[in-house]
Amino acid sequence: MYDFAYQKPSNVADAVAALGADPEAKAVAGGMTLIPVLKQRLNRPSVVVDLAKTGLAGITAGAGSITIGAMTTHAAVAHSADVQRVIPALAALAGLIGDEQVRHRGTIGGSLANNDPAADYPAAALALGATITTTKRAIKADDFFQGMFTTALEPDELITKVEFPAATKANYQKFRNPASRYAIVGVFVAQTAAGVRVAVTGAGQGGVFRHTAMEAALSKNFSADAIADVVTPADDLNGDIHASSEYRAHLIGVMARRAVAAAA
Amino acid sequence: MSKHHVTTTINGEETEFLCETQETLLDVLRNTLNLTGSKEGCASGDCGACSVIADGTLVCSCLMLGVEAEGKTITTVEGIADGETLHPVQRQFLEHAALQCGFCTPGFIVATKALLDANPDPTEEEARYWLAGNLCRCTGYDKIIRAVMDAAAEMRGEARAA
Repeated sequence: MYDFAYQKPSNVADAVAALGADPEAKAVAGGMTLIPVLKQRLNRPSVVVDLAKTGLAGITAGAGSITIGAMTTHAAVAHSADVQRVIPALAALAGLIGDEQVRHRGTIGGSLANNDPAADYPAAALALGATITTTKRAIKADDFFQGMFTTALEPDELITKVEFPAATKANYQKFRNPASRYAIVGVFVAQTAAGVRVAVTGAGQGGVFRHTAMEAALSKNFSADAIADVVTPADDLNGDIHASSEYRAHLIGVMARRAVAAAA
Repeated sequence: MSKHHVTTTINGEETEFLCETQETLLDVLRNTLNLTGSKEGCASGDCGACSVIADGTLVCSCLMLGVEAEGKTITTVEGIADGETLHPVQRQFLEHAALQCGFCTPGFIVATKALLDANPDPTEEEARYWLAGNLCRCTGYDKIIRAVMDAAAEMRGEARAA
């Protein structure tokens, strides 16, 4: 790691001020991406602003939704009785992120703000139609994700909480890289009051995306058979040493059918 | 850059140290505090050889900055035994010869301790899921899992699981 300064503000306003004061500042939540990146010297922030004391952790169950504070760890979401009750697929997804050590440090806000193209939470946020509340505004998931590692967030804007509407049916299926446990392909299927949505992570060159052809088919008939013949073009998908774009296209169909079949 | 003064509790003792911002907790444990039981394997959070328990949660000390440890209660592998008396997890790892080169063992011991603190009666599947972040390139995991299951049974005061 290169040298950097370190600040640990005790509230959100001070954290925003610290980030706004220096364009080279970086916020750290759980650090499960930032610290490896710093170790690889891929990033050189002047100051790292630690959000640990900003009081943004916590889970509340509302009428027909779950709201999760940005600094809530994956382990807390996975083990939350409220999340398990209202959106069991979301709790299950959190339990599939990384390993136990990662789940005890990594946070939902960090994951969404990073928008890794193979991360799990973006698929849940997009499929469930989550609302991401920041220090400046409320952003719909559809507007939040803007391409690989790119979001609507401004440099001095922090996620404070994320609200997920309850789903009548939802499931997440991940074909994971056995070493990193990132998604080679992950598909989140959700049926909510707003309709059926299918979000795909791990596969798209532009990060997480909605599979509109599958959504149309499932809106008419929510069954695995309904999407058996939906073809996913490989053109805009990632191909790398782990999986070709054609293989990812195939996996999207397999994971989506499994998710629909398992959705409860 | 000036060093940061950090106050923690490590293995039951209040411990203060000075560190640079770019030092990880693992760097501090090994190089400053001479607690060299925690190992640096991958240094990227994949192998779990640096596992410690921080405020009751299992974490990779290589992915936590030393300054992030401020105010935290840390348990390393050096804090698992009770003086000269080995913890049941340690004894069962020896009993089952659940190691070959031994490099991953401290991480496994700490991770197993954290597992059994959270869940005294895990199924084998739960144990394997919990320990998925600890890599062993020698044993194939079978003896490790047998040691974990027997340690759990011993700690519950039951006879051997198998």
